[in-house]
Amino acid sequence: MIKAILIFNNHGKPRLSKFYEHYTEDTEQQIIRETFHLVSKRDENVCNFLEGGMLIGGSDYKLIYRHYATLYFVFCVDSSESELGILDLIQVFVETLDKCFENVCELDLIFHVDKVHNILAEMVMGGMVLETNMNEIITQVDAQNKMEKSETFIFQSTRQDR
Amino acid sequence: MALKIVKGSIDRMFDKNLQDLVRGIRNHKDDEAKYISTCIDEIKQELKQDNIAVKANAVCKLTYLQMLGYDVSWAAFNIVEVMSSSKFTYKRIGYLAASQCFHESTDVIMLTTNQIRKDLSSPNQYDTGVALTGLSCFVTPDLARDLANDIMTLMSHTKPYIRKKAVLIMYKVFLKYPESLRPAFPRLKEKLEDPDPGVQSAAVNVICELARRNPKNYLSLAPLFFKLMTSSTNNWVLIKIIKLFGALTPLEPRLGKKLIEPLTNLIHSTSAMSLLYECVNTVIAVLISLSSGMPNHSASIQLCVQKLRILIEDSDQNLKYLGLLAMSKILKTHPKSVQSHKDLILQCLDDKDESIRLRALDLLYGMVSKKNLMEIVKKLMLHVDKAEGTTYRDELLTKIIDICSQSNYQYITNFEWYISILVELTRLEGTRHGHLIASQMLDVAIRVKAIRVFAVAQMATLLDNAHLLTGNMQRNGICEVLYAAAWICGEFSEHLENPMQTLEAMLRPKVATLPGHIQAVYVQNAAKLFATVLKSQEGNTDGTVTQDTSQLMIERLPVFVQSANLEVQERASCILQLVKYIQKLQQKDVEVAEEVSALFAGELNPVAPKAQKKVPVPEGLDLDTWINEPPSESESEDEQPKAIFTKEEPKHSRARHTEVDEKELARRREARKQEQANNPFYIKSSPSSQKVYQETPGVDHIPVIQIDLTVPLKVPGLPMSDQYVKLEEERRQKERAEKKKKDKKKRKEKRSGRGKKHDSGPESEEDITPAHMVDIVTEEMPENALPSDDDEKDPNDPHKALDIDLDKPLADSEKIPVRSHRAAEAAKSPVEDRDADGIATQLPKKKHGKEKREEKKKKDKDRERKKSKDEKKKKKHKSEEKDGDLLGAEVDEPVVQSEEPSQASEPPTSNSAEVSDLDFWLSNAPVPSNIQEVPKVAAAEAASAAEVISGGAQDSEPDEPKDAEMEATKPSKHKKKKQKKEKEDKEKKKKKHHHYHHHSDGVGEESVQNGTVEEEEEPLPSMSNYCLLAENSYIKMMMEDADQVYDIQGNLQDGSQVVVSVIFENKCDSFLKSMEFNVLDSLNSKLQRPEGSGPHDSLAVPFQLPPGVSNEARYVFTVQSIVMPQKLKGTLTFIVKTEESSTHEKLDFKLHFTCTSYLITTPCYSDAFAKLLESADLKSSSVRLEGVNMPFHHLLARICFHHHFSVVERIDSCASMYSRSIQGHHVCLLVKTSGQTVSIDAKCDEPMLLGNVLDEIKQTFSQC
Repeated sequence: MIKAILIFNNHGKPRLSKFYEHYTEDTEQQIIRETFHLVSKRDENVCNFLEGGMLIGGSDYKLIYRHYATLYFVFCVDSSESELGILDLIQVFVETLDKCFENVCELDLIFHVDKVHNILAEMVMGGMVLETNMNEIITQVDAQNKMEKSETFIFQSTRQDR
Repeated sequence: MALKIVKGSIDRMFDKNLQDLVRGIRNHKDDEAKYISTCIDEIKQELKQDNIAVKANAVCKLTYLQMLGYDVSWAAFNIVEVMSSSKFTYKRIGYLAASQCFHESTDVIMLTTNQIRKDLSSPNQYDTGVALTGLSCFVTPDLARDLANDIMTLMSHTKPYIRKKAVLIMYKVFLKYPESLRPAFPRLKEKLEDPDPGVQSAAVNVICELARRNPKNYLSLAPLFFKLMTSSTNNWVLIKIIKLFGALTPLEPRLGKKLIEPLTNLIHSTSAMSLLYECVNTVIAVLISLSSGMPNHSASIQLCVQKLRILIEDSDQNLKYLGLLAMSKILKTHPKSVQSHKDLILQCLDDKDESIRLRALDLLYGMVSKKNLMEIVKKLMLHVDKAEGTTYRDELLTKIIDICSQSNYQYITNFEWYISILVELTRLEGTRHGHLIASQMLDVAIRVKAIRVFAVAQMATLLDNAHLLTGNMQRNGICEVLYAAAWICGEFSEHLENPMQTLEAMLRPKVATLPGHIQAVYVQNAAKLFATVLKSQEGNTDGTVTQDTSQLMIERLPVFVQSANLEVQERASCILQLVKYIQKLQQKDVEVAEEVSALFAGELNPVAPKAQKKVPVPEGLDLDTWINEPPSESESEDEQPKAIFTKEEPKHSRARHTEVDEKELARRREARKQEQANNPFYIKSSPSSQKVYQETPGVDHIPVIQIDLTVPLKVPGLPMSDQYVKLEEERRQKERAEKKKKDKKKRKEKRSGRGKKHDSGPESEEDITPAHMVDIVTEEMPENALPSDDDEKDPNDPHKALDIDLDKPLADSEKIPVRSHRAAEAAKSPVEDRDADGIATQLPKKKHGKEKREEKKKKDKDRERKKSKDEKKKKKHKSEEKDGDLLGAEVDEPVVQSEEPSQASEPPTSNSAEVSDLDFWLSNAPVPSNIQEVPKVAAAEAASAAEVISGGAQDSEPDEPKDAEMEATKPSKHKKKKQKKEKEDKEKKKKKHHHYHHHSDGVGEESVQNGTVEEEEEPLPSMSNYCLLAENSYIKMMMEDADQVYDIQGNLQDGSQVVVSVIFENKCDSFLKSMEFNVLDSLNSKLQRPEGSGPHDSLAVPFQLPPGVSNEARYVFTVQSIVMPQKLKGTLTFIVKTEESSTHEKLDFKLHFTCTSYLITTPCYSDAFAKLLESADLKSSSVRLEGVNMPFHHLLARICFHHHFSVVERIDSCASMYSRSIQGHHVCLLVKTSGQTVSIDAKCDEPMLLGNVLDEIKQTFSQC
């Protein structure tokens, strides 16, 4: 099971947070801060696994993260997930974002966090890995975006008129 | 109204959307909070509008703010509104918001049930998908109960996209509503074989997640997962399955044996590191569970260790980390294999990555031995010096102590060395683990008597230099060691060289700055030292020393009397008064030493950490009853005895608390504490206990201890642990030399051999003797200690509720609540719910596919069984009452029609069938799996796997009432036979009987279940032992003939009986009846006839044959010699009845008893087989087969099937096989193949039999 998925930048600003267990907003922020603290002090060439911090921790849990340019992608998983598998999944996630946003950068994530959520929802559901095939994910995301566009056409046009 | 709409849209145009909000926040970096609060106000306004688009926009922004840490639960109702929008765009926004901020205690969730249900059944798959995704995040027990049925339906949705989501969310539903697990499980299981890989993967995911928590309930799925593992190519699925097997193997070692080979293959073949790693992990789990009894065990271990070494040596830090992680698992059971990689692991200690260093440290723990302990610890000490960052250094410190103290100081040969290591560790800056070092010091000093002299000297030095440790004592955990030092010096003061000096050190004014509990120990132990000094001066007539000592005490103690710490104060004032009194006596020249030292007399014994807890409560003692009236005050908090080293609450508050009021009470409490502190039974220092202190580590600089040379100590300064390494080496060398001498003396003639070995070779563990005769006192336990009850499961674990037996058949009451009566049910508890269902809302339970198929199989088997019942002779066991009925009632009926009643009377057996399926599947384990994949072999083995089978299948009693076993283990021969017939039918273009189809279906299904069929492998040509016995030669006679096909098999139970099953098939359009079967007996073989009939009487076939129908009868023959094949002539007579007439017909046949038919498939294990071959009384023979053009496993399968052998062992293109005759002759084969030539070397204790069997094998292969 995946317990949480966090994306934050090099300064610890959250760009996406998805908790598959309930925490209060304060605890969530604390977890993000702590995770950032743990992850950011690590060198570039060290392993991508971290035995969890106090909050999200427990001996069964691990933090698995990847660092891309300005962003950290952190997954908190328990022992039923394969460590290397999750690393691959993060890669798939980032590549998918890259395809969906066309050369994704931090700004895309800042302004379109809802879209990132929608993409993530096609990969991970309720803490369990739903789909790992990038093409399948993109197909579903595109189909939903198309639907959204057809629905909000009028809305869009009014905004453009403005 | 219109105006309102216009107003709404204008408002909307000026609304901020998410992007605007984000931009705004970024532009207001300085007053972000203020800006956001205005935004929230705006959002509140937007939410009040009727326009759903505006609301959705607002909710979208709220989702973002939620991520930034703002509580948005106040908008929960608006989120529900947006969720229920008919537009997908808004719906998605709503569900996203809900998934981010709804949780179980969100009360508006109740309102969503119907909306979610509507979305789940929406024609748009994305509406459904979005609802499922959202629901997966906020499902509550109520939602789970109400929607379980809808989700169940979605599991069979036509779109894989929906199916996989529905399957996945079922896990969440199970967690919240455990009652749904059993009803839903069959369908979930079905999804494991879904054509869509995504759905399959989801099902694997869910079951793995379930099985991880309660593995034993899922053991019966092992065959299915095994099949998936060997067939799947999806690495995600493979990883999950392999992980699952890792969880299952501890419960079923046989499973592990079966897994080793495919896993090893995967390890060799896969290129995916993740998969390789998980395989290695599971192999390790298997090896741990097997622990012994696997012959090629060490090979697997070696393979794992080897692969892990490759991982660790990899430049990728991730692989390195995982390699070390897995290595530590091997370490637990196979430390030897890991120890050989010590170099590599020590190297990892130098890695720049802390995670890797920590993992390597873990590994070190298991790698120490008496021999290398000092060396390893030395290396660790170097790391301690170099380490940056307190966390890692603290970790090193605890590791050193762990390593040294493990298994009761097993590896320590020199405790002086250990004490000096501990003293060296006290130099650590800002460690949090002072208490740990202290407890080690105490433990060693108390339990190792021989070390006390040395320990006391060290502690005295430590006390003397205490100022070096206490740079910043309040925040510095290291001063805890002074506690131990003071106590040791006091308690064992008789060993002190210079007690006066130590006493002086303990009474320095600076001590008053130490934490209270340490001061208290100081004071108490100063008194002990005082007593020692008095005693040592007893004979001395010059009283100046004693008087000086008393004076010193009287001068220094008042500082402590004024202490804020109550305990220090109390102890000090007691002792001060005592000393004053003693001083008075001294001035009168009274001998007081004896009496003073009597105060502290007595030996201390260590007590096991849990000893107190384990003292059984005496009968009749109720600790919960009040002895006096309960006090009104908050007394309970201090009630529990405190361990010495735990001091969670700050001391000041404790003191203040006692000062406030109830002084009397406090004093008593303090007295109790003091008593505990002095009571040896409260020394709770277990070697392994490590409590983590919450104190913040001090960062201030502490000077490294320096030897104060002005102090005349007998031990010159602090010892360096390093010198012990050298000393130890010398000592061992000396020991070795002595030993060598002894050896030489003992056996002069053997001088050369052993002596040299000792010289050059490294000494073994046992050779190293401890430096001191160490008497490690074991910890005491109460005599009638209660058994430990430590491993209790967490009662709050949600997975506990899912510990449900899934193999039990579903009861009627077990179903998921159905929606039709929801309104009425809503208020009820789940239990009532189910009851209500049972009565009123019964939805005819859908039998899902698998069950149906199983039933079908059952039906078929019933039918078969019945048939043979009908045919069987009367003299055979008549154990069932049913028998007679069936015979009477169904003789004239077509068999197909007779199914229903008997099926109804059949109890549900799927459970036991499944269980024995598993047993059966596992029982094949010793045989290499590639052979098992051949169905026929499995069938043949099944026939011999257990007595049950021989009773049920090969035997002449097919009506044994062991339904379950029959089901599970019935060899597929019957079915094969049917298949064969089916083929014949087709060939002859005759009308087929539909029930044959069932049989063939049944075969496919069963083999899948058993996991023995490898469908992807090239399928075997169908084989049958049935051969044509005779066909009617009366072709002129309107085709009314019957085919006779027969199969001969030995009877396991009786050494001289052979059972022949004959299938009679009506090929004509007429009714066949009054069939009579007769065989002309020979001297050697006789047909068994019912008692009272003559030797030439024929036996009536116990059934009639309508057109196109076939049936089977069995006949028993007694044989005397089995070494030769036999032929018996026989005749079948029957009446052909057409509408107009009936004619009497006759068919001659020859029964051919081959030597093979006397063999019984018997499994044999390789060790027994080897023993057998060694025994001299086997004659050997061999045969070569040329031009055999088939794969080796087909060849083996053929031998197994046609000639009743079982494979003992197979290595590449070579296999050993075994069989036994009904009279107990062993037949062993060694089959080798190269190209098209097959050579068979055989051994048997009956050469004639062997020769004939080999001829028959040759013939079998010449035919094809």
